[in-house]
Amino acid sequence: MEDLKSFLTEKVLLFESDTLASDTEKVLGQVRREKPAHPVVYLSSGTSSLIAGSDRTYKAIENYISENALEAELIRVGCTGPANFEPLVCVHIPGKNKLFFRNITEEKVEPLLNGVFHNDINEEDLAGQTGTKGFELWPGIPFMDEHPFFAKQKRVVLGNCGCYDPESIEEYIARGGYRSYVKVIRHYTYDEVCDIIEKSGLRGRSGGGYLTGLKWKHALNTNANARYLICNAKESDPGAFTDRTILESDPHRLLEGIAIGAYAIGASNAIIFIRSGSDHARSRLQRAIDSAREFGLFGHDIFSSGYNLDIVIKKEPGAFVCGEETALINTLEGKRGMPQLKPPYPTTAGLFGKPTVINNVETLMNVPLIMQNGPEWFRSLGTENSPGTKVFAVAGKGRMSGIVEVEMGTTIRTILEDLANGIKEGKEFKAIQLGGASGSFITNEHLDLSIDFDVLRENGIGMGAGGFVIIDENTCMVDLVRYYMEFIRNESCGKCIPCREGTGRMLEILESVIRKPLNEEAGTTLERFKGVMQLETIASVMKDTSLCGLGQTAPNPFMSALKNFRDEFEEHIFDRKCRANICRGLRSFSIEVEKCTGCTACASKCPVNAIYGTRLQPFFIVEDKCIGCGICFDICKFSAITVK
Amino acid sequence: MSTDLDTIIKKYKQGKREDLIPILQEIQEYQGFLSEEAIVKTGTFLGLSTTKIYGLATFYDKFRFIPAGKIQIKICQGTSCYLNGSQSIINKIREETGINPGQTTRDGSFSYEIVSCMGGCNNGPVITVNGEFHPHIRAEQLPELLKKLKYVIDND
Repeated sequence: MEDLKSFLTEKVLLFESDTLASDTEKVLGQVRREKPAHPVVYLSSGTSSLIAGSDRTYKAIENYISENALEAELIRVGCTGPANFEPLVCVHIPGKNKLFFRNITEEKVEPLLNGVFHNDINEEDLAGQTGTKGFELWPGIPFMDEHPFFAKQKRVVLGNCGCYDPESIEEYIARGGYRSYVKVIRHYTYDEVCDIIEKSGLRGRSGGGYLTGLKWKHALNTNANARYLICNAKESDPGAFTDRTILESDPHRLLEGIAIGAYAIGASNAIIFIRSGSDHARSRLQRAIDSAREFGLFGHDIFSSGYNLDIVIKKEPGAFVCGEETALINTLEGKRGMPQLKPPYPTTAGLFGKPTVINNVETLMNVPLIMQNGPEWFRSLGTENSPGTKVFAVAGKGRMSGIVEVEMGTTIRTILEDLANGIKEGKEFKAIQLGGASGSFITNEHLDLSIDFDVLRENGIGMGAGGFVIIDENTCMVDLVRYYMEFIRNESCGKCIPCREGTGRMLEILESVIRKPLNEEAGTTLERFKGVMQLETIASVMKDTSLCGLGQTAPNPFMSALKNFRDEFEEHIFDRKCRANICRGLRSFSIEVEKCTGCTACASKCPVNAIYGTRLQPFFIVEDKCIGCGICFDICKFSAITVK
Repeated sequence: MSTDLDTIIKKYKQGKREDLIPILQEIQEYQGFLSEEAIVKTGTFLGLSTTKIYGLATFYDKFRFIPAGKIQIKICQGTSCYLNGSQSIINKIREETGINPGQTTRDGSFSYEIVSCMGGCNNGPVITVNGEFHPHIRAEQLPELLKKLKYVIDND
């Protein structure tokens, strides 16, 4: 082990020429397991596969290997992308192409491995094969990269995800990692690095789309004795998990990006601000930092370049608003995470009053690649003003879900129809929610827009940080808007009045819209109408006068839902009907006399005793008493209860 | 207990304001909650009044001031889980345990909280019980699950 470490340091990291010696490449090929001598089993181990039970699969494979006394290696890798294939298992038999199998839960392990080792493969579990030159093909098995989920992706940022063991720094280095960082700190000046990044046109991936190189220059050109780089891995939008997947699958590239960024602004302290729920990601990242430190990549006078760097992880204490730059800085300073007025921008006076650059995870992931391949290469990807790629977490009602990466300029329709493969269970498409609780809805008319900061902005849509939630016809937009508003109301920090009071008022009004009509007196109806008329005004005031992005964007889901689904709102307000039958208060249940057997199951479970009848005779529901909870509907074995 | 608190606090030698949140987080990881004693000790060490610390700690969601239950349930309320019906899971747990998120049952057995997106969007609704994931959970499975968990801790 010690030998490999010094070998990698001497022959790879500190090797001056761009092309490595051929015998070095040979060793690196072994580290990368390119031509293994014995079978290798790879198992994905991101959060989504853990949820699907990959830990139990791991044990089952381990048992299988030891019971059959196989000479095989079992390796945990990061997340490959398709979340509904998890746990994803890849088997590499020497001399043959890699085979991928999907949904391998523990009980499937034995038949699967038996089959693979005896050339009898169960087609059902199969996801595909990946091939490299010189390996034998598996006849009749489709290629993974031709699968519609992968075919239209451009995996650059995610290039390493799912390919290597994220806990092994040796493997990362063998894949070309940390070389550009070492080159940068030994041969480049701060300005040169900033120039390259600016030239590449890399824009911040957290949604704002500000030029990263320019931001770095602002910080670099200040007169200060200390500077900070903060990597914002706070990502806590409901429905977004791109950053976490990256942290779990490729922590070393992120560290390299952070290190290059810190060097570019002359900072010797970098902080990763990580979300509190992601313990798995945090422990992986911590291990990555520790092993990089052992390699001498961080610390004092790194590789005699005179540059010092320390990277620490700070855990977020739980507040959505901390993702905002100034609030984040307050949190790190040990204060309440409340935003502050800008300017001064953090690049002039940030953490402890020092110039601070805050970058998103995905932005920093691009940096090592740009340094490695040059700004022209990056410019060749994507569109004129938005070069590069964008990572999305596709979730919701699509047939496929998971992490995808597409080139900028790809249409939203491509992601929906090709990558996500349309809507589950053949339902109608309704909308796409881009960018979490502060994003907007994209409907049919905007599906052909391309993913590009400027194109989307012109159409009044925010790019967001990577949430891509697909919504089908069975979703009630009013209810969804209420859900987002409730989330923001809970997370509003309370510093400025428009946000604190506005979110509360909007939530109250939206709740009155979906409340049960029967309990209303004349006054409440009038109040509901008055409230509804004020919704738009409140929304626009919040947008104009809130202090930070949280309040300014809080009405976005409401505004865009109202614009696109006005009829649905009107139905709720005037007809008191919810077409998706989601809003509890607006549902009414009735029992079909022919189907009811009088089994009393519903009557005994009704929480408000609204169901009456005699045993073995048809029952009936008293509508005035019914609260629309739907328990009877779920419990009825004869589907005698209908909902309207 | 108090000596352990001291060792946690002493690790932060410089005792600056920015150490406050990490100290509280570490204490909470150790104790499971922030006791009055811990807050007073931290305040003395950092030269901050206890009201300031309470003010800060109550601002953030993740700090708790009563011991957590032996069984801690986390319910994902991300958009995907919400669309798949996580609200009914929350209602069911509230009904079964009789407590609100962040509280602990009187016998100290259960506590639950609502979190945003755990990252298992295609497996929703997702809950975790003491860190163990339960994907595709349905409201009608909960009473039995809770009963089973209660049985385990009662006979432990």
